[in-house]
Amino acid sequence: MAGPLSTAEQLAARFRDVAPPADFCSLRFVDELTEVISVRDGVPEPTQLRRDQGAMITVVSGGGLGYAATSDLTTAGLRRAAERAAAWASRTAAVSVVDFSAVPFESARGEYVTPVEQPWEECPLADKLSLLQQEVAAMGGDDRVVERVASLMRVRAESAYFTADGGMVRQRQELLAPDASVIVHRDGVTQKRTTGGRGLARQGGLEVLQATGFTGCGARLREQALELLAAPQCPTGRMDLVLAPDQMMLQIHESIGHPLELDRILGDERNYAGTSFVTLDMFGRYRYGSPLLNVSFDPTVPGEFASYGFDDDGARATRTLLIEAGRLLRPLGGTVSQHRARATHPAMSGVATTRACSWNRPPIDRMANLNLEPGDLSFDELIAPIERGVYMETNTSWSIDDSRNKFQFGCEYGRLIEDGRLGAVVRNPNYRGISATFWRSLAGVGDRSTFQVLGTPYCGKGEPNQVIRVGHAAPACRFTDVDVFGGAA
Amino acid sequence: MIESRHLEQLAAHAFEGLAPGEDLLLSLQAEDSDFVRFNRGRVRQPGSVAQADLQLRLIEGQRHASIELSLSGVLDTDRRRIDDAMEMLRPIVASAPPDPHLLWATDPVHVHHEAPGAPPDALTIARDVVDLAQGQDLVGILVSGSVASGFMSSRGQRCWDVRHSTMLDWCLVHQGDKAVKSLVANTGWDPAEVAEAMDAARSQLALLQRPPKKLEPGRYRCLLSPSALGEVMELLCWGGFSERGLRTRMSPLTRLRDGSDRLSPRVTVYEDTAHGLGPPFSDKGFIKPPRVGLIEHGTLVGSMVSPRSAQEYGLQTNGAADHESPEALVMEPGTLQDREALQRLGTGLYVSNLWYLNYSDRPAGRITGMTRFATLWVEDGEPVAPTEVMRFDESIFHLLGGGLEALGDSLALLPSTSTYERRSTSSMRLPTALIDGVRFTL
Repeated sequence: MAGPLSTAEQLAARFRDVAPPADFCSLRFVDELTEVISVRDGVPEPTQLRRDQGAMITVVSGGGLGYAATSDLTTAGLRRAAERAAAWASRTAAVSVVDFSAVPFESARGEYVTPVEQPWEECPLADKLSLLQQEVAAMGGDDRVVERVASLMRVRAESAYFTADGGMVRQRQELLAPDASVIVHRDGVTQKRTTGGRGLARQGGLEVLQATGFTGCGARLREQALELLAAPQCPTGRMDLVLAPDQMMLQIHESIGHPLELDRILGDERNYAGTSFVTLDMFGRYRYGSPLLNVSFDPTVPGEFASYGFDDDGARATRTLLIEAGRLLRPLGGTVSQHRARATHPAMSGVATTRACSWNRPPIDRMANLNLEPGDLSFDELIAPIERGVYMETNTSWSIDDSRNKFQFGCEYGRLIEDGRLGAVVRNPNYRGISATFWRSLAGVGDRSTFQVLGTPYCGKGEPNQVIRVGHAAPACRFTDVDVFGGAA
Repeated sequence: MIESRHLEQLAAHAFEGLAPGEDLLLSLQAEDSDFVRFNRGRVRQPGSVAQADLQLRLIEGQRHASIELSLSGVLDTDRRRIDDAMEMLRPIVASAPPDPHLLWATDPVHVHHEAPGAPPDALTIARDVVDLAQGQDLVGILVSGSVASGFMSSRGQRCWDVRHSTMLDWCLVHQGDKAVKSLVANTGWDPAEVAEAMDAARSQLALLQRPPKKLEPGRYRCLLSPSALGEVMELLCWGGFSERGLRTRMSPLTRLRDGSDRLSPRVTVYEDTAHGLGPPFSDKGFIKPPRVGLIEHGTLVGSMVSPRSAQEYGLQTNGAADHESPEALVMEPGTLQDREALQRLGTGLYVSNLWYLNYSDRPAGRITGMTRFATLWVEDGEPVAPTEVMRFDESIFHLLGGGLEALGDSLALLPSTSTYERRSTSSMRLPTALIDGVRFTL
């Protein structure tokens, strides 16, 4: 890998100079350039850039672990960080939750680069603003429209990971997260239709705009928002529910992804993000969902938002099934968590998913690309058996309990399903359920024609807090006997 | 920790290089922080972070753009980073269209506040926490260090603010999701203060060992602790008091603005920068008024107005950040005395903590969320059992309107524990709240 990572090569040399004698020592360098451009109601908003760069040194010594992060990348700055990390390891070794010196940290070598077809830099700012102006213009032309916004967030994320025993991983991700929204109002009713709060996020260049359907989305959003204004509230009752991929993303994230995070299961997050209804003894035997449920950890999907070659502990990332035919196989846990879990469950496996949001936060177990595998039903076949139900698109509200069990989710756009066909539009569609039983009501899984690759930059967790990028790909899915309801106070 | 002199030297360098017609605003957020995670009464992940982010906003007439960059604390390195940043900004500003909503601070105001002393080194106090846990299942985080905010402009403005804080945010866990959550926050470290809080938490654990009561969906009387009310108010701060949110009718308080609904006359809410934990100036350099009235006796009387909204809607800014959320929110106390609160509740729920709130119908002001931790079933004023977690789904116009029976007569300070990107200096001061007929659904 050539180019801007030349800084990383200098860092590697400095790291060799400052790495203290230890059982394990690593340096993780991050250099991210973020650019956000937006148009609101026809007015371009000021361009916002962010250049975030720094390094974290981790030291494992005598059974303890410590880290120190700094943006001072000189030899003196890195030496101070290494000394501080070593002091933490030494001072807490006797009271650590695990003997970190026994953790089998890898010293991998390799690289990952996002394939890009249309580089961001090759399109002038004026042209990109023009693209946004077109979508914003398409959302207007009606006095019921209150606000129109279109925006692009681009990130070039470069990282390097060195270990004192010769490991070296370099990765460069190109990310694009487009977003558009329209708010409409009439006679006391307000509705908002969006592309899902940057839910179209992908890796790649400007080709993402066509691939995700962002190009041309403005007219559809406006039309659907106005339909919602005139629509009745979503009906209340137990009925069949069909979720579009842009709601499946949230459903997978909250009620499969988070409960399967091994650090939650081990208790690390109980003071903040919460615990899990999943326990260590469930892996390999627990029936998580119906036999139609197949869920993969897959950091190899081209263009998916959280694709990468190695996690932030240097572990190589490969496609792995977490749930197969409804049976729970393994958790979302990286090197450290797997080692901890094996103290009581020696057969525990995991995946390469120890990740940090940047150089200034330590890596923890996170989702990456967590996908629900497609089935064999077209959309028409998916809804054909439904006498009375609701189809929902695009998440707008999400809430779930401490153990990731009792949830309530709301969507932007709903349509009745009657006698196997899509019917009238309904507004404020919501549903609630319990994770431990909800996935067992999975009764139909859409095929590739219903499948979408999506993602979000905004998954929060950890102490200190971290917000991280995740990808979710899914087909449309049908669930039976779900508690559905509408809005209003 | 980056010092004010470092920022001054960088500002002098940056301003010296400006061309005629250019103005530059520099906004700094810096911290030196120690973070120690605990689990099972032992140390899970300890470390230190030194970070400093400088935002440069280059303005030429009505054209402008900004870049935020990491500072190293090394003068030569940071001067080079600023030069590189200005090289990136200039062509962007040159090609940007004029911004009709640009409003920036031009008054050469000077503010300087620097807390005395220094925070304790967490290396020396992390073991205290392990010792105080006494082998019990303690999980949480110790955060300690200094936070600096600075602002300098080419028009002569100079603002600088440094604060120290040490915060232990933890749970003592009985089992599963049954836990007592506590927070001790101060400008220093007092083991006796933490030990007292730990003992108080330990005494509450005894009740959590009883078999939990499973509640059926329905309406219940609830006594919300200040922390639980804090979750409700934090959700309302997400767009509720925003001028833009109110104008676009996405605020859950839109009905208050248009007069079609009102809250209880017991509810008076204001932004109290004068007694908050953050700096008195915004990241855009505007000086915040000491107090901004938001709700008075149930009626909306004000909003958080960013410079951008001020320019767009023809208003005065009150120094709100772009997100237009309160950062030092206060709800005036009522008359309910703490020692009488459980008796007034009678039979119902004492809600110690709420969790994961969101809007179930945002423009209508309907919200949902979960109970968490030591939420107790109370009979005739006596806590008798912990409860299984329950979901509520209720209108804010009931929670803080017709259903609100009383507010506590004292306020609890709730410093924000948020550390997303950086340590928050936001806070709230809130009373307990006694609410009748809260709807639980699952």
